[in-house]
Parts: sequence; C-alpha cells; structure tokens
Amino acid sequence: MSVILIFLAGLAVIITWWMAQQRLTSKPWLEVGRASDPARYDGSSIPTAKIGLGVFLAVVGALFTLFISAYFMRMGLADWWAIPIPGLLWANTAVLALSSMAVQWTKIEAQRGHIDAVKFGLLASFATAVGFLIGQLYAWRELVAAGYFIADNPANSFFYLITGMHGLHILGGLVALGRTTVRVWEGNAPLGKIRLSVELCAMYWHFMLLVWLILFALLAGWANDLVEICRQLLT
Amino acid sequence: MVNIPSSIDDPIPPAEVEDVELYHSHSWWTTYVFSQDAKVIAIQYSMTAMSIGVVALVLSWLMRIQLGFPGALPFIDAERYYQFITMHGMIMVIYLLTALFLGGFGNYLIPLMLGARDMVFPYANMLSYWLYLLAVLVLVASFFAPGGPTGAGWTLYPPQAVLSGTPGGQDWGIILMLVSLILFIIGFTMGGLNYVVTVLQGRARGMTLMRMPLTIWGIFTATVMALLAFPALFVASVMMLFDRLLGTSFFMPAIVEMGEQLKHNGGSPILFQHLFWFFGHPEVYIVALPAFGIVSDLISTHARKNIFGYRMMVWAIVIIGALSFVVWAHHMYVSGMNPKFGFFFATTTLIIAVPTALKVYNWILTLWRGDIHLTLPMLFALAFIVTFLNGGLTGLFLGNVVVDVPLSDTLFVVAHFHMVMGVAPIMVVFGAIYHWYPKITGRMLDETMGRIHFWVTFLGAYLIFFPMHYLGLLGMPRRYYEMGETAFVPPSAHTLNEFITIMALIVGAAQMLFLFNLFWSYRRGKDAGGNPWRATTLEWQTPTTPPPHGNWGKDLPIVYRWAYDYSVPGAAEDFIPQNQPNPDRISREHMS
Repeated sequence: MSVILIFLAGLAVIITWWMAQQRLTSKPWLEVGRASDPARYDGSSIPTAKIGLGVFLAVVGALFTLFISAYFMRMGLADWWAIPIPGLLWANTAVLALSSMAVQWTKIEAQRGHIDAVKFGLLASFATAVGFLIGQLYAWRELVAAGYFIADNPANSFFYLITGMHGLHILGGLVALGRTTVRVWEGNAPLGKIRLSVELCAMYWHFMLLVWLILFALLAGWANDLVEICRQLLT
Repeated sequence: MVNIPSSIDDPIPPAEVEDVELYHSHSWWTTYVFSQDAKVIAIQYSMTAMSIGVVALVLSWLMRIQLGFPGALPFIDAERYYQFITMHGMIMVIYLLTALFLGGFGNYLIPLMLGARDMVFPYANMLSYWLYLLAVLVLVASFFAPGGPTGAGWTLYPPQAVLSGTPGGQDWGIILMLVSLILFIIGFTMGGLNYVVTVLQGRARGMTLMRMPLTIWGIFTATVMALLAFPALFVASVMMLFDRLLGTSFFMPAIVEMGEQLKHNGGSPILFQHLFWFFGHPEVYIVALPAFGIVSDLISTHARKNIFGYRMMVWAIVIIGALSFVVWAHHMYVSGMNPKFGFFFATTTLIIAVPTALKVYNWILTLWRGDIHLTLPMLFALAFIVTFLNGGLTGLFLGNVVVDVPLSDTLFVVAHFHMVMGVAPIMVVFGAIYHWYPKITGRMLDETMGRIHFWVTFLGAYLIFFPMHYLGLLGMPRRYYEMGETAFVPPSAHTLNEFITIMALIVGAAQMLFLFNLFWSYRRGKDAGGNPWRATTLEWQTPTTPPPHGNWGKDLPIVYRWAYDYSVPGAAEDFIPQNQPNPDRISREHMS
C-alpha cells in the first residue's frame, strides 16, 4: 500500500499548496460588509471544465495507483511467474505516443484557428488510438495463443486486468474525442469551445500515455528492480 | 489584529462568476424525471436512499427478532440471517448514508448555500443519480436471484465470500453485490466531481472559502475523500469479480472445499482487507464529516450564536480528512500484523481523537450561554453530540490493539460503530431534514409527530445500543445466528437481548411515523415562509420558496459576510443574512 500512500502524499502537497493561497488563516467574522475580495478567492480563472478534468484525472490516478499497489503486494507471494511481454506492446506504445502527439499538434492548430488542420489532427489521433486498442487486443490474442491464460498465474491475471482497465479508459476517451470531432465537423461550434474541447482531449491523452508508460514498465518487470532498491532502503 | 477593511462602502464590482448555462427543461419528463436541476436530483437521491433504507430497517428488525426470540420466525435460518446482516450493513453504510449525505444534501445545499444557479456539470450530475438508481436496483435484484443475496458480511472478506458455504457465494448474490458496488462508484464519481468543482468554481461573488458554511466544508472534504477512497473499493470489487467469474487467484488461496481442491492458488485474502479498509475507514469519515458540518450549522442557527472557533472547525475537518487515510489497518488488528504496524496504526487512530474532540468542545462552547431554541433540528443536533461522544469514547478503547483483540468479535464493536457511525449520523440526517424541509417544500414538518419521533428515536436508540456494550464486555459474540447453550452467558443477558429487540421494533416503528410525516406535511404542514428559522445562510434568502430551477431569479446573490452573524450586538435583528450589505456600521471592537 506504500505506492498509493506516496501518490496521496503527492496529492496532499498539491492540495496544501492550493489551500495555502486560500487565506485559511483569515478571520471571516471581522471581514464584514465587503464583497470585493480579490478575484482569485472566488474561484480560479482556469476554465471549469479543465478543473473538472484535473480532479477526474486525480481519481483515475488513484485508481491505477491502487492497481499497482495490489500488483506489488501480490507479486511478493510465492506463486508469481512473470509473464513474457509480447513485442507487439512496443509497437502499441509507439502508436499511443503518436496519438498523443497528434492531439498535441491539433491543440496547437486549434489555438491558431486552422480548422482544417484540427479536423485532420482529430481524425489522426482517433485513428491511432483505435489502432492502439486493436494492437492491445492482438497482444492479448498472442498471449492466449502462447498459452498464457488469465487464471493460470497472478502475473497473467494482472496483465489482462491492468491492460484491460487502461484500454477501457482509452475507450472512454475516444467517446469524448469522437464527440469533439463530430462537433468540429458540423462546423457550428464557436472556436473557443473547440479549443477547450481539444485541450481537454490533449490533457486526457497525455495522462493516459503517462499511465501506460508506467504500467508498461511495471508489467515488463523494470519496476521490480526499483521496488527492490526501495525495499532495501526501507529495511 | 483587527482587519476591518479601510472602506466598507467600496463600490461593488460586477459579479465575475459566470452564469452557468442552464439546461432548460421542456417537458414533464425532463423537469421531474430526467432532470438536470441539482435540487430535483437531490430529492431523487434522498427518496431512493430512504426507500432502500426502509429495506435495511426491516432487515434489522428480522435480525433482532432472531436474536431476542430465536426461532420465533421460522423462515429465518442461519443463511438468511447472514444475508440480512450483510445487506443491512451494506445498504446503511453505502446506499443510504453516503448517498443521502453527498447525493442528497450535497446536491441540494451546495449550489444554494454557495449562491450558484446549479452544479457545474448538470448532465453528469443527472447520470450520477441514474447510475445510483441502477446500482440500487441491481442490489435489490439480488434478493430475488437464485440463492438470494450474498451473506458474506458487509466487508465481503474472501475467501468465504465466493465459496459455496456462504449464501450467494457460488450463486448470483456476490456477483450482483460487486456489480452494484462498481456501478455505485462510477455514479458517485460523476456526482463527486460536480460537488468538488462547484465548490471550487461556482461560488457567488464574495463567497470566499472561509465564508462558506461548515456544512459545505464538511460535504466538500468528504467528497474529496470519497473520490480518492472509493477507487480502492472499485479495485477490490473488480478483482474479486475476476476471482469469482474467471477463476483468477488475486485473493483466493489454495482451498479444499467439500473434499474438492478448488482451482484457486496462492492468493492473499489480506490484500483484499487492505484494499477494502483503505476505502472502509475513510468511508466512516465520508459519512461523519458532512454530519459534523451540518450539525455545526444547526447548532449555530438554533442557538442564535456564531459558531465557536470557525477556523478551528475548518482546519479540524481538513485534518480529520487527511488523517483518516492512514488509519485503515486498525480494522485489521485481528488479522495479524507486525506489532510495529499495530503500534503505528493505533497511534494515528488515537491522534484523530484530537481534532474530533476539538469539534465537540466547539459545539458545546457554541451552545454555552446561547439563546437555545429547542426546535426539532436542535434536539437532533444535541442528540448527535451525546451519541457521537459516547461512540467516540468507545472508539478510543478499540483503537488500542490489546483492547481491540479480545473485544473485536463481540457486540461491543457492534455497539460502538452503531453509536458512532449509525445513530449519530442518522440523528443529523433527521435534524437536517427537519431543518431544510421548509425550504424544499415551503411547509414545516408537523411538530407533534416530530417530537414523538425524536424522543422515541433518541431514547430508543440509546436503549438499544448502550446495553449492547455490556453484552459485548461479557463476551457475547457478534455475527452469531443463535447463542444456543453457552455457559458464560447468564440468563440476564438473554433478557437484555429480548429488551433490545423490543426497543428496536419500537424505534423502527417511529421511523414509519417520520416517513408518514414527510408525506403528510407536504400537503398539510404549516406554511413556512422563506426563512422560518431566521437563518443567515444563502439558501434561506432565495426570492421564492421552494427555489425554482436556477435558484436566484435574475441576479445572483453577492456575499458580504460569513455565515454566522447571529445576535450581532447593535444589529436590528438577531441575524444578518450573508447577502446583506452593512446596513449601518456595527461596532465590533469587542470581538477583536
């Protein structure tokens, strides 16, 4: 459970930093008859949807961190046989990174107001993300064909569980990305809204890429050495 | 130290909080059923929660009848009994208390108390309710599934939760339970994002964080905690569902069942316990913090006095929220752990008592020399303080490893957690409903029925759970379907058990009176007017009661003061609403 505690400690730092700016030491009972507090105490100038997504990503982060916590705890038990990582995952990682880059490019083009480029960028990121999901399915099939079934070993179970959970989140992101694409295609949404939507998609996409990189490192076993070092430091 | 602004008569700048684009409903369906108005969603949440709560109440009756008069109802066998325990606990903790405090009161009060028109993401808010309803329906479905609901206990500990010896373990019960939890968590996350972001972004002009009523602080902090704690239950549920359906061994060790070796191998039940209690302990405070917040406002309003130590109250809420994430293993003392861990978790557990006690002192000091009106909300608030104090003190016993281990499996624990997170928050729920019902419906709840309800519930709940501590100290085990011939249990304990059962039946019946009152007063209650309690907070200042969609008419309120300007010396009335500019300069030197 130490992984999730570290994650929460990180969040706690952010929350503390934010709270430190909220004048929690003020004496509200003395501040009477004044509505003109500096604007930042009334809320942030960052768009509400963006803050909403930020909070949601914190929740998603907690979710995956908990899976990782469980992974490490279960890994310590005797019956764990690491699963070989299909080479296809490397290609999938590259495709997902490509997708992330495409959204980033779209975001820049949206800022410049190039609608045609935005359309192209959205389609490209959509297609690459779908490609990633298909690639993941093929990786699963490869493993199943090689005889690594889900119930055989906890390492296998975790592999399918964690990649599946990540895939579901990408799928959810695709719904948002698809809606944005349709809206841009219809052409009657104001540019400001499109910019914000694309920006939100980019945020989510980068985050899911980061999650994937961590998960990939974990499943491929590189994280084990790190854990070993941490364990030695602790004991 | 006095921080009075140099010029009180500063011109007020225009509101900078942008209006939320409201979804305007077009038909009866989108106004009352698929509504995106937080107030309607709040009522939907509350009514669903109370309906399923009645189921939990009936289950508790059945259990008590079995305990007090074993065999009186022949259809209760051991399996049924465990199913009743499980469903009662699960429903009360998650589907009633969590849903009611956050989905019900959160939805109703956050926009109104902060001067917003609605939640910031109304569509997600609506989805949140419908997923919650779906989760409840799946839960109810398990009563009708083959094999009935799960009987694994509300903690659903593996391996027994998925074995055939447990009711529902190899049938539909456990599957439906886990699916229902997963749906609940997804739905809650959608609502929770709304509550948090509305507090961050939806506040009216002038509503700084430190001017928010404590109710909002409590709900806000609890929601942040819930958003971070529920994923642990989600992870545990998904993994157990895999164990049950796909034959994985996340939690399931190698087991021989009925002479047959199961295919599971090497899993760790302790892993489940860690995940479960990582959610489970914050859950206690997810229920308690909104109660703390609401009770602070009830006491301040009905004692006509500003809350004592507002800043400390806010800090205490935040500190309790943070600490509650590092105490979870005190639920696992009996699972066996390194003594050093036990020491660590015992210490953190006991430290939580400090901010909590601080809150209790502040409530009492708010009452001290206040102009106490013994209205129904006030009565329930007082009942909460007493009950919570009582339950909290036994928590100090159980927080210590050496005391917990012998008491853990006895009725002492049942008495403790029912006092502290059952009866105490429910008292606040009732107080809050008596307090805000006039705003929701425009009518007062009937006073006579309310008083009968209060005294029967308060005294009755005490008579149920206080004696239970003694039964626990005698060593009377919990979770037992019947005691049989047990040498160490004296006959007087059986008599006490019968007494407790009779009290439970009476207290349960009183709740029917309460539910009747809710419907009766809706048509026939006394007209309440806009602000019957003469309260300061914004929800009482709406132009019309009940507030319409959008809450505020043309202009959003502007906030000039904190939420607790009661009995301000020199003021014309004994309360000054938050949106009232200074009518005249009020001398505050004595308060500095």
